[in-house]
Amino acid sequence: MSLVTETASGLARRIADGEVKAREVVDAHLERIEAVDGDVRAFLHVTADAARAQADEVDRRVAAGDELPPLAGVPVAIKDIFCTRGVPTTAGSKILEGWIPPYDATVVEALRAAGTISLGKVNLDEFAMGSSTENSAYADTANPWDLGRVPGGSSGGSVAAVAGLMAPLAVGTDTGGSIRQPAALTGTVGLKPTYGRVSRYGIVAFASSLDQAGPVARTVEDTALLHTAISGHDPRDSTSLPEDVGDVLQDLRKGVEGLKVGVVTELQGEGYETGVEQAFEAGLHRLESLGAEIVEVSLPHAPYGLPAYYLVAPSEASSNLARYDGTLYGLRVDASTAEEMNARTRAEGFGPEVQRRIMIGTYALSAGYFDAYYLQASKVRRLIAQDFEAAFAQADVLTSPTSPTVAFPFDSKTNDPIAMYLNDIATVPASLAGIPALSVPCGLDEQGLPVGMQLMGPLLAEGLLLRVAWAFEQEAGFDPIPRGDRAAPAPGSDDGGGS
Amino acid sequence: MPLSADEVRHVAMLARLAIDEEQVEHLASELSSILEYAEQVGEVAAAEVEPMTHPFPLENVLRPDDPRDTLDRDELLAQAPDADGNRFVVPRIVADEEDGG
Repeated sequence: MSLVTETASGLARRIADGEVKAREVVDAHLERIEAVDGDVRAFLHVTADAARAQADEVDRRVAAGDELPPLAGVPVAIKDIFCTRGVPTTAGSKILEGWIPPYDATVVEALRAAGTISLGKVNLDEFAMGSSTENSAYADTANPWDLGRVPGGSSGGSVAAVAGLMAPLAVGTDTGGSIRQPAALTGTVGLKPTYGRVSRYGIVAFASSLDQAGPVARTVEDTALLHTAISGHDPRDSTSLPEDVGDVLQDLRKGVEGLKVGVVTELQGEGYETGVEQAFEAGLHRLESLGAEIVEVSLPHAPYGLPAYYLVAPSEASSNLARYDGTLYGLRVDASTAEEMNARTRAEGFGPEVQRRIMIGTYALSAGYFDAYYLQASKVRRLIAQDFEAAFAQADVLTSPTSPTVAFPFDSKTNDPIAMYLNDIATVPASLAGIPALSVPCGLDEQGLPVGMQLMGPLLAEGLLLRVAWAFEQEAGFDPIPRGDRAAPAPGSDDGGGS
Repeated sequence: MPLSADEVRHVAMLARLAIDEEQVEHLASELSSILEYAEQVGEVAAAEVEPMTHPFPLENVLRPDDPRDTLDRDELLAQAPDADGNRFVVPRIVADEEDGG
């Protein structure tokens, strides 16, 4: 198996055993970036020299017989929304062009402590607002399965790096589906942990009551390993959960025999592509054949999730993004008064979607409209959380297609904000309730494009979700290496490619 | 409820976004269609429901009041669009009388 198709767990083991050098692993991935990222455009900034130096350090420690952290030498790609000390962090926005953070996000510190080696920063929709990564001010990232299509978003760079074999692991953030939807569209595994499970310290804020960081990988086990590395309590984030993370790997292989899996009535049907529904149906049969009991459950308020989300998230964004005013950091457009400088800087620095959301949020919070919009949306949010509580009395985990469609061509939805928002229709309910949810590949549609299955669990049930996903993955036998006429080229054939 | 051109100008002012006059009509129609979609939340009978702002009821999370290092001032000022070594520098904030504010 080639180094770039190998799993993170496999790489960690082989590096620790001295079978392969961390430097060889890093070089293989840097070469892969060199070979395909001109077409995929996942990376905004590659930190090759730092990565090689860190790899050499891991190799010295292996040679010295030192005890190694669990993911020593394993490359990772970091969504460009995590602050990285000394490395530019743009959040995909012109307004932060050239900004170099003076500190690391807690997730970045945790990645280092776990021994991973960052290859650089990857693309995203500006301030994580979008579902196709086309809202980035810097690049349109392509889907490694079809270079003419989007990778989903907002964590499009993270999933494209992983699906494109440029990194076995990546971190992303998910506010309304920004890890799960792109994972579904690229045949990768993506987990949005329980709100507060992973520290938000040092993550450029979008909607603070929803933002949550999480792992992306090509296998469920790798996702579990990365989740373990980045989650836990952080005193620097006051919404960080004090509860123990527990060992999500312990029960990974326990299977699904006897578990009840609830199919959500409201998250299927109209608006969902036939190919998506067929792959999802086939997935349900697989779960059944593994011994799970499939039951139908209802989340009566789920259809109001998307409208509620598009009031709550822009409201919080309009407040969070007030800080970009040309004063402390980032872009400034000069003007004769401070107020004019603020307004011109923001008009020039923010892209159209970010400006739309700021204006929607400002309006929803403004005098006379607050009760009808933000307050009402927050009440609907409570009802959705209560729906989930009732549903988890009937089923251990819930499931739906992750996204109503497979990856779509560039520019097909950019002129219609609502059409773009509908990508998140199945993912926002879990975001509003704060519960953990993941996307695991469930097959290909008739065009050969990946379809994802979403699994949602009660608060803090990441271990259970990963266990169900692992069992499903073994049965589904999904090959995560992109193939087809329009896919990113496979790595050199001398190594035999996939598994 | 559709947004009027004047409302778009007002919201842009509140949000400190210097939008071009020729964008106003387009924005009014775009923002109106988004709001019209979002207004569906009004169909839910929720008068008695307690609004939810956070998934977990964490309250009064305090840290120990211990002295610790902060970020380096010079490093922060080096990232500013304009600074004089001690302070961030911005254009005039208080307008003259005749400017109208």
